[in-house]
Amino acid sequence: MPLLEVTDLRTSFHTRNGVYRAVDGVSFTLAKGETLGLVGESGSGKSVTCYSLMGLVPQPPGRIESGTAMFDGTDLLHCSPAQARAIRGKRLAMIFQDPMTSLNPYLRIADQLIEPLLIHEKISRPAALARGLAMLEAVGINDAAQRLQAYPHEFSGGMRQRVMIAMALITRPEILIADEPTTALDVTVQAQILELIKKLQQEFQMAVIFVTHDLGVVSGLCDRVQVMYAGRIVETADTRTLFRAPRHPYTQALQRSIPSLQPKGRDLYTIPGLPPDLSKPNAGCAFADRCAAVTDRCHATAPGLLPVSATQATACLRVQAQEI
Amino acid sequence: MSSPILQLNDVQTHFPVESGFLFRHQTGTIKAVDGITLHVQRGEVLGLVGESGCGKSTLARTIMQLVPTTAGTVLLEGRNLTAASAAELLVARRDLQMIFQDPFASLNPRLTVYATLAEPLLVHRVVPPEQVRARVVALAEKVGLSSQVLGKYPHEFSGGQRQRIAIARALALEPKVIIADEPVSALDVSIQAQILNLLAQLCREMNLTLIFIAHDLSVVKHISDRIAVMYLGKIVELGPATDVMERPRHPYTQALVSAIPHLDPDLLRRSPRLVLAGDPPSPLHPPTGCAFHPRCPHVQPQCRTTTPPLQLAEPQRHVACLRLNEI
Ligand SMILES: Nc1ncnc2c1ncn2[C@@H]1O[C@H](COP(=O)(O)OP(=O)(O)OP(=O)(O)O)[C@@H](O)[C@H]1O
Ligand SMILES: Nc1ncnc2c1ncn2[C@@H]1O[C@H](COP(=O)(O)OP(=O)(O)OP(=O)(O)O)[C@@H](O)[C@H]1O
Ligand code: SF4
Ligand SMILES: [Mg+2]
Ligand SMILES: [Mg+2]
Repeated sequence: MPLLEVTDLRTSFHTRNGVYRAVDGVSFTLAKGETLGLVGESGSGKSVTCYSLMGLVPQPPGRIESGTAMFDGTDLLHCSPAQARAIRGKRLAMIFQDPMTSLNPYLRIADQLIEPLLIHEKISRPAALARGLAMLEAVGINDAAQRLQAYPHEFSGGMRQRVMIAMALITRPEILIADEPTTALDVTVQAQILELIKKLQQEFQMAVIFVTHDLGVVSGLCDRVQVMYAGRIVETADTRTLFRAPRHPYTQALQRSIPSLQPKGRDLYTIPGLPPDLSKPNAGCAFADRCAAVTDRCHATAPGLLPVSATQATACLRVQAQEI
Repeated sequence: MSSPILQLNDVQTHFPVESGFLFRHQTGTIKAVDGITLHVQRGEVLGLVGESGCGKSTLARTIMQLVPTTAGTVLLEGRNLTAASAAELLVARRDLQMIFQDPFASLNPRLTVYATLAEPLLVHRVVPPEQVRARVVALAEKVGLSSQVLGKYPHEFSGGQRQRIAIARALALEPKVIIADEPVSALDVSIQAQILNLLAQLCREMNLTLIFIAHDLSVVKHISDRIAVMYLGKIVELGPATDVMERPRHPYTQALVSAIPHLDPDLLRRSPRLVLAGDPPSPLHPPTGCAFHPRCPHVQPQCRTTTPPLQLAEPQRHVACLRLNEI
């Protein structure tokens, strides 16, 4: 049985300008100890998917329209506030994309770091501080004891992000949702953080949902990858297959855009056109307007996410029809 | 050769470190920028890389005069910004714009995209009021945002979309120099490529000078003419982008280049990346001699006592390493 099973999650935002279907029918499972990569277009709903699981979608304007997310017998989307408090922040923890706005500028690092411990574990303040210190060292902050007394603005961007990582890991969660946790980190510190996550995974069988734009990180860390476009999962496969043989035209285009694979001095390849307006209903494939392989059918019928091999599922009519 | 548009001469920016819960008192100093001399030519793209906390953002904020400079001078087209009055700085800022690392914190949550982009145009009277709207629409389009989103507020956008708003705002005043602090780290590779193409195009067409800070070395290599590598507040290597990335000379740059994640999952698992041995140095208690010596595979006794100067290693390349000619 999977640790987490998300079925038909739909989250939208009701604004003056219309209803934005940010997450539009997302289903996936996560096994104990597994690392699932979530990649895709900026604005495709990766963060909103994570927020939905964490109960952090601002309501209003946000609304979870449908779906279930079963975690150890509890539906995260429809549980009581007491159930939610017992799970979130302890068994299910998240690292946020924006370290500055998710740290309280008026509180010292120490107080923010140990807050989850004080809430969820019956533990004394000195004991919590000792664990906070150890965690801060584990994420590679020097002079951690002295730095604990600092305020967030006294830390560099990467250091703040590491504080966020320490805060999420301090309760040893069963599921870690990491939304772009290493974007502000240089490659050497990034490598160190990824090693730490891997180690915790082995020790505690922690499962990870890893949202990132960095396909290199995905390829080094993740067992399986899911690609999102316009609120839907358009392709999912084990990591090797996704890199070696992406089938969905969007995944292929994404791979072509990677700068390190392109010559210097020339413009980088970009996907033509703009992502669709999520407030406009769309009968066909959301990628149709930008797709190199588009046919008339694609504008009329929305493809479902169907298996195209034992380890790969692709939401493309033409792939499913074995035309491309 | 024409005179550089931006000149930093032995710039230092230090922060006091305070401790104590009730009574804070100074217990140390962080030398976030520790003696940087750098000349940037008009129209040049200079990439700035280095470990988290090495002082890249502080250097950017020092150039912008957003933090007080401890010592040294910053000259923009010959004007000394470190000695400028508030009024002179306001004028200089029109020529000098910054895109911040964190688009979430740098956009005013109470302003719509339209107001965010119109504000600098109105404050600096860039165009007559009746042309503001057209200009805002053009700016938004330049960064790939449709004019339909102009009425929305920052929280209604994804991370990547917000960064495009921040870029459009920096472009509004048609500055001469833009300092971009990790402008693309929050973007997916396709939009990242659009923004990089856009910045490169602006540099070409408007002869814009760009200082580009990023962690993704392949991105930096792609966009930059020259790359400066920082380590603990100092520049340790400076040279043409392709050369520095393909033939790094400083041991730290060599470690950095080898840490670039591989795209091929098989290759990656077979040859794990060389993770730098040892901890990143403490800026509170920096190592003596060469700051890199505790982690350097080539360390010799003299590295522990002598601070290597940044010196010419080959035409156009400067390196700060005592053993430069032996390794
Ligand atoms: N509070 C909100 N109000 C209205 N729309 C919102 C809100 N939050 C998110 N959205 C919209 O939901 C969509 C999905 O956003 P989300 O933040 O999940 O994207 P993402 O995939 O995480 O992108 P990125 O990679 O840029 O972080 C976006 O189009 C965004 O504009
Ligand atoms: N306002 C401040 N007060 C005290 N210390 C500061 C302040 N701003 C920065 N520092 C310290 O100066 C050093 C350099 O920080 P800076 O933000 O310049 O690093 P960076 O190279 O931009 O790192 P990153 O890649 O993580 O963004 C860090 O040790 C940081 O803690
Ligand atoms: S000076 Fe010495 S310690 Fe520093 S990089 Fe060169 S060899 Fe290594
Ligand atoms: Mg996001
Ligand atoms: Mg920074």
